[in-house]
Amino acid sequence: MLEIKNLHVKLEEEDKAILKGVNLTVEAGKVHAIMGPNGSGKSTLSYVLSGREGYEVTEGSATLDGQDLLALEPEERAAAGLFLAFQYPVEIPGVGNMTFLRTAVNAQRKARGEEEMSSAEFLKVVREKAKTLKIDAEMLKRPVNVGFSGGEKKRNEILQMAMLEPKMCILDETDSGLDVDAMKLVSDGVNALRSEGRSFLVITHYQRLLDHIVPDVVHIMANGRIIRTGGPELALEVEKNGYADILAEAV
Amino acid sequence: MAQTAVKAGGERLATLALPESGAWLAAARKAAQARLLAMGLPGRRDEYWKYTNPTSLTDAAVTSAAAFDDPSEAPAFDAIDRVTLVFTDGVFDADASDDPAAAGVEITRLAEAGARDLHWARDLYGVLETRGQTPVARPLAALNSALATDGVLIHATGRATKPVSLVYRHRSETSDANLHHCIKLDAGAEMTILESGPGAARFNTVMEVEVADGAAFHHIRTQGRDHDRRVATHIFARLGAESRFKTFTLTANGVLTRNEAVVELTGDDAQAHIAGAAMGDGGFHHDDTVFITHDAERCESRQVFKKVLKGGAVGVFQGKILVKPGAQKTDGYQISQSLLLDDDSQFLAKPELEIYADDVKCSHGSTSGAIDETALFYLRSRGVPEKTAQALLVQAFLAEAIEEIEDAAIAEDVRGRLDAWLARRMG
Repeated sequence: MLEIKNLHVKLEEEDKAILKGVNLTVEAGKVHAIMGPNGSGKSTLSYVLSGREGYEVTEGSATLDGQDLLALEPEERAAAGLFLAFQYPVEIPGVGNMTFLRTAVNAQRKARGEEEMSSAEFLKVVREKAKTLKIDAEMLKRPVNVGFSGGEKKRNEILQMAMLEPKMCILDETDSGLDVDAMKLVSDGVNALRSEGRSFLVITHYQRLLDHIVPDVVHIMANGRIIRTGGPELALEVEKNGYADILAEAV
Repeated sequence: MAQTAVKAGGERLATLALPESGAWLAAARKAAQARLLAMGLPGRRDEYWKYTNPTSLTDAAVTSAAAFDDPSEAPAFDAIDRVTLVFTDGVFDADASDDPAAAGVEITRLAEAGARDLHWARDLYGVLETRGQTPVARPLAALNSALATDGVLIHATGRATKPVSLVYRHRSETSDANLHHCIKLDAGAEMTILESGPGAARFNTVMEVEVADGAAFHHIRTQGRDHDRRVATHIFARLGAESRFKTFTLTANGVLTRNEAVVELTGDDAQAHIAGAAMGDGGFHHDDTVFITHDAERCESRQVFKKVLKGGAVGVFQGKILVKPGAQKTDGYQISQSLLLDDDSQFLAKPELEIYADDVKCSHGSTSGAIDETALFYLRSRGVPEKTAQALLVQAFLAEAIEEIEDAAIAEDVRGRLDAWLARRMG
């Protein structure tokens, strides 16, 4: 599904390398988690994969089902099946949540040569999915993320994911700013989407999210590289001992 | 002030040939000409024209502007049930117009009423314009009162059955037209005026609106996309107690547009909303100049102006709220914002408050900025193509101004025109 080879990335504005040779393969249907200390390059990886400006790839490649992601515009990556749940979902005053969702769904369908969703069909589907995430009609009507609480914003990200049905989902610290109940809601939303054809890359600081979204593989990232890979037990080790031991080992 | 021997353009103004009219209108024209002579034509040095060069609006030389007609474009307000009155290059076109009687208000053409010896419009024509000449001179409005060849005189005694739609067509490349409208709403009356189209190569309109106690006046205007046209408009309004006055203008392109609104709130609890959304690309200069006088208690005024500028376009906003002594509990709100889509465009704003009462609430804000890159990326990351995402953000920016239109169907029409413009310009 997702294949990252020897990825080197620096900030465009300054000569500062952030990713220094990331290698990562995510198979279809699998959930991978990336953990690591602040500044290790986790969020940068998610931004580079989704096509945010400000980064320069100096070496390496990233492909989604063989397609060169790095050559595509952000919207083309989305249409190819990539989705990033933002750590800080953006507020867009004046653009209604429903308008936004419908424009996105139909833009992707159009890009893939599929038929657009009718208003009636869209409304039915969005209401259904919103309900399971406890997103009420009022929230759907409001401008995108404006006046939403931290938890509401994250739930809205998962709703977008559910509507867009991507095959490769990246969750960037989706647990940040969530209380226990909200974390459960969001995790249930993610787990409901797990399927054979869909993969997840879950970026997090903490093990507790992985209690809810149980990963197949856990990677530890530090200083722009993946320094260790293991099973779910690796996350428990981090939770217990912190990163110090693993970092020391890697040097 | 001592009058200098010859004001700007004085000789030309003194010898202006006034259109032939009946007694009341001839007198009004002569008086307007005298006002104009006393103030002279506006020039670049006038404070009120600091950001907009009026030369091409007043030049003796004929200005030429190609008439622009896009057959693929649906006419403005096409879907609205309305009574249409057509003026082509300032000349009334009876064949293209509807029967004015269908609007449920009394409508007379200025050209016809002006030929009579007496008409009710005598108490309105040039009267509000004259009041609006202080404290700031508005010579182009006086020029219009002196020279206007036609227009409509509307008297509403109750609720109008349909909006009156004034459609201005531009056919001649060298047309220079002046239209003058007077609208009188009796107590409790309500009506809507729609205006659309560029009108002429050089177009000067004045609308004087008297809104009596408890009456409501709605005005929605779209100014045509003729790229070369020049337009100067004035709306003068006087509001009675508990009356409502709402005006909204959508402008797309045109070399030069100056829209002035001069509103006096003279009865308690009156409401005035003045809004505009303008989009310009390239050689576009758009100026909104507003003067609101609060002269009664508990009145509300709202100014909402939004401009989207690209390709070197220039936007100007001059907005003033004057609160007279005794106008307690005034609620004045003013916002002017521009979205600059590139580094070549500019927005010049001069908001002013002058307050002589002590229990008032007035606020103003003015901003200009670029499109929000974070929001743009967010939209694109969901699969929305860049141009569509930009258009969505532009629509969102203009939304607050368009929300000032009360009628849902008319607001929808305006949004449709806006979307079409964005699709052409940003698609």
